[in-house]
Amino acid sequence: MFDLRVLATYLGLLVLAAPTALLVLLGLTALAGVRIREATISRGVQGATVVGLIAAIGVLVAMLLSGDRHVVVHVGDWVAIPHFHFSLKFVFDRLSVPFVILSLVLCGTIGAFAASYLHREAGFNRFFVLLSLFMLGMILASLAGTIETLFAGWELVGVSSALLVAFFQERAAPVRNGLHVWSVYRISDAALLVAAVLLHHLTGEGDFDKLLGVGGFWPENHTTISSHQALAVGLLLLVAAAGKSALIPFSGWLPRAMEGPTPSSAVFYGALSVHLGAYLLLRTSPLIERSPLLAIIVVCLGLSTAVLAALAGRVQTDIKSALSFAALTQVGIIVAEIGFGWHYIPLIHMIGHACLRTLQFLRASSILADYRQLENALGRRLPGIAPPLQRLVPLAMARWTYRLAFERGYFDSLLTDYVVRPMLAVLKGCDALERRWTNFLAGRSSRESDELTPAAGSLEDLA
Amino acid sequence: MNVLQFPWLLGAVAVPLIGAAVVGRVRQVERAQYLTVIWMALTLAIAVGAWGEFALSGAVSASDPWLAGGTLVLGLDELSAPLLPLAALMYLLTTITTLRTKVRRFSFPLALVALALLLALLTAVQPWVQIALAVAIAVPPYWELRARNKPTGVFVFHMGLFAILLVGGWRLVETYGTEVVPWWVCLPLVVALLIRCGIAPLHCWITDLFEHATFGRALLVVTPMVGAYLAVRLLLPIAPPSVLQGVGFLALGTAVYAAGMSLVQTEARRFFCYIFISHAALVMVGLDTVRPIGLTGALCVWLSVGLSLLGFGLTLRLLEARHGRLSLARYHGLYEHTPMLAVCFFLTGMASVGFPGTFGFLGSELLVDGAVQSYPLVGVAVVIAAALNGIAVMKVYFLLFTGTRHVSSVPLGIGVRERFAVLAILSLILGGGILPQPGVVSRHHAAESILKQREARFPAATEPREWQEHALLGPLLQPDRRRE
Repeated sequence: MFDLRVLATYLGLLVLAAPTALLVLLGLTALAGVRIREATISRGVQGATVVGLIAAIGVLVAMLLSGDRHVVVHVGDWVAIPHFHFSLKFVFDRLSVPFVILSLVLCGTIGAFAASYLHREAGFNRFFVLLSLFMLGMILASLAGTIETLFAGWELVGVSSALLVAFFQERAAPVRNGLHVWSVYRISDAALLVAAVLLHHLTGEGDFDKLLGVGGFWPENHTTISSHQALAVGLLLLVAAAGKSALIPFSGWLPRAMEGPTPSSAVFYGALSVHLGAYLLLRTSPLIERSPLLAIIVVCLGLSTAVLAALAGRVQTDIKSALSFAALTQVGIIVAEIGFGWHYIPLIHMIGHACLRTLQFLRASSILADYRQLENALGRRLPGIAPPLQRLVPLAMARWTYRLAFERGYFDSLLTDYVVRPMLAVLKGCDALERRWTNFLAGRSSRESDELTPAAGSLEDLA
Repeated sequence: MNVLQFPWLLGAVAVPLIGAAVVGRVRQVERAQYLTVIWMALTLAIAVGAWGEFALSGAVSASDPWLAGGTLVLGLDELSAPLLPLAALMYLLTTITTLRTKVRRFSFPLALVALALLLALLTAVQPWVQIALAVAIAVPPYWELRARNKPTGVFVFHMGLFAILLVGGWRLVETYGTEVVPWWVCLPLVVALLIRCGIAPLHCWITDLFEHATFGRALLVVTPMVGAYLAVRLLLPIAPPSVLQGVGFLALGTAVYAAGMSLVQTEARRFFCYIFISHAALVMVGLDTVRPIGLTGALCVWLSVGLSLLGFGLTLRLLEARHGRLSLARYHGLYEHTPMLAVCFFLTGMASVGFPGTFGFLGSELLVDGAVQSYPLVGVAVVIAAALNGIAVMKVYFLLFTGTRHVSSVPLGIGVRERFAVLAILSLILGGGILPQPGVVSRHHAAESILKQREARFPAATEPREWQEHALLGPLLQPDRRRE
């Protein structure tokens, strides 16, 4: 009779190995300048996803059969020196297994869809390299047993998202939006990194089992740190989650992210990436339970995001933006559910919502054809949807609400006007001071770069 | 001190000097470049040999065999051992990637002399020899500026001040022998090192050098981080904790300031310059923590930043060779023409900000850990600087490689030598990221030996300070008494 625990461990390793192998294959061939056929790439993605998915389901079956609800795959210490070690530890439990299966199912679906959708597109290979990077990031973040491993996965998801928003890179608008998304993600990453360091100093460990694993495994576990400590760490994690899941005040990046190709919009902003912040809060839910004030803040943030997103979604003029705000409404509700101290409801909500939203995003490009079909079947135009309460709202308030929704709560403008612009103005002032100082020392104009002319001295000029 | 079996160190210094004498006689520039590459490759092989023998011996320090009996001049320790091949590699790759259109501007004999001076500095044991070499290293860039008829005022002012303060400061420190040196005595030395490290507001010579010198020369002056090396050799063993804390705060401020400044630059060289200043300041932050984790992080970041910013700078240099000085006021859309350079630019940029899978990742983690431990609250500035640097790198990647369609009448793809350089750097960055343990352990040993040197004067300085002692964080992070 074989040991189910050992089998689960080996299958767990396979779950990690499949996306890693895919990334190595696609990444190295791209680096070496070797061109791979579209069909080969597509088969590679399908193969890695299917292998990973079967292994993940195998882990689930082994866990169910053995009754073990917490399988740890300890790959070893990546780095170990006195006072510091980075442990490569992955946990399969009641939270991570459903999320990993969801990630693999959706990445596989998107991979299959994108193979046709991006057929003969110039960036076909680039898309799949980034998709494999994203898939690896999701798997690492979902299964992470330590906050450092989660951070590594978190960053991979971030960079692949930003580059996919800028996928159509010969135009300026997607690129600008990609940079906006990346800027918000960097704030989120910074908050998560500080939280990780803080946890290290408070508990001497970044290990979730040691930090949050008292009294059982998720969701029965709790933490031993004080409520003040939980509040400090929890607030940092909340900022990280808000950045990744587009919660207030960072909601502005979500419609911008729709510049990317539809398959990536579906899997990133409709399904997986946008839920990663909520997943982080769910993983660290014992901290929220430890601090009532933190729980109240989480609920308020979730509900206010849901309300704002519901309003903003009503004034969007394109289907992808409307869907993105619809997704954000649900994410806000999920976050509020986490704040209420529920565990399985937000998890189920997340999985159901991700699947539904992926389907909607994938159908988005053919929505006009769908409408036409419906209207032909009905023999008349489809009726408009106007909520009955709308007529009861005074006109002035309706206008005010419209503007609020249209400007997405003014959060983008506030951040731009009161954070970004003043900061850039100060920096430009410092630049001017430096220029005066170097001009003084040089005794003449010290900046050749000021006299820069387009393409001066280039190979093309010589040719 | 162990004795090396072969005179590697003497060879590492002598070979580029002989090479300079040989190459100086060659009139044809392509042949001069070819010969320079051979001499530099030979120097790199010797440097790797020295590092290899030192690492295999397991010794804490080692010297050349023929010098062991007399006055010790050249030696190697945990800190300098990997820096030797890194310096040789920097010079080799910069020479290899010098395009034909630029070979007349870049002096190859001068590059060989500069390499010899740098390797001599890294292997010099006596402080006065180190000081003399550190001052001498500033001469080749000055020659180049003069030869190209560029303004030298900013460079001469800063380097002159550096030389005077370094010599005077060390003379002052020496009068105290093995006693504890008062903080005010350290000041001239500190200011000299702040200038060489490019700590704000004494950093303007770096931006000026990048404006006027050839990109290759400027890269080779700053990327070996001579200032940080001198700080470890001259300042760390003698400076009181208050001085180091002051330098640490200045470095933290510089890291954030330079990261912010990189966001508002409108030209690629200046952008690179500020990114480099920010990273060099982060290394200084880690060094000044004088704690094992922070110091290990700083030494790891030193190596990773040296490599990644070298790759980053070389990529910009290769782009400049094709397109002239690069404005950041518009999109260039070069991805289609030079995808390999785009990938290299992106990966080296991400490696410099500590992206997962690169050697910089763990170095950054250790550095943040050490900085937050030493400077609670203010240490978070390290994370802010890293975040701003990440945004700046992505912004410039988008500006240079995307945003428009670039139409070119000539092929702009990279050649075999450039591909070799790019792949060599990427393999080291990614290899070090996937298997970081040997590198981190070696840097940890170096950190321990630095701390041991310091323990002779300041035994308490390495004791970790508890967070609970901090005035602001202490009450917030106290354990919950009621619960206990």
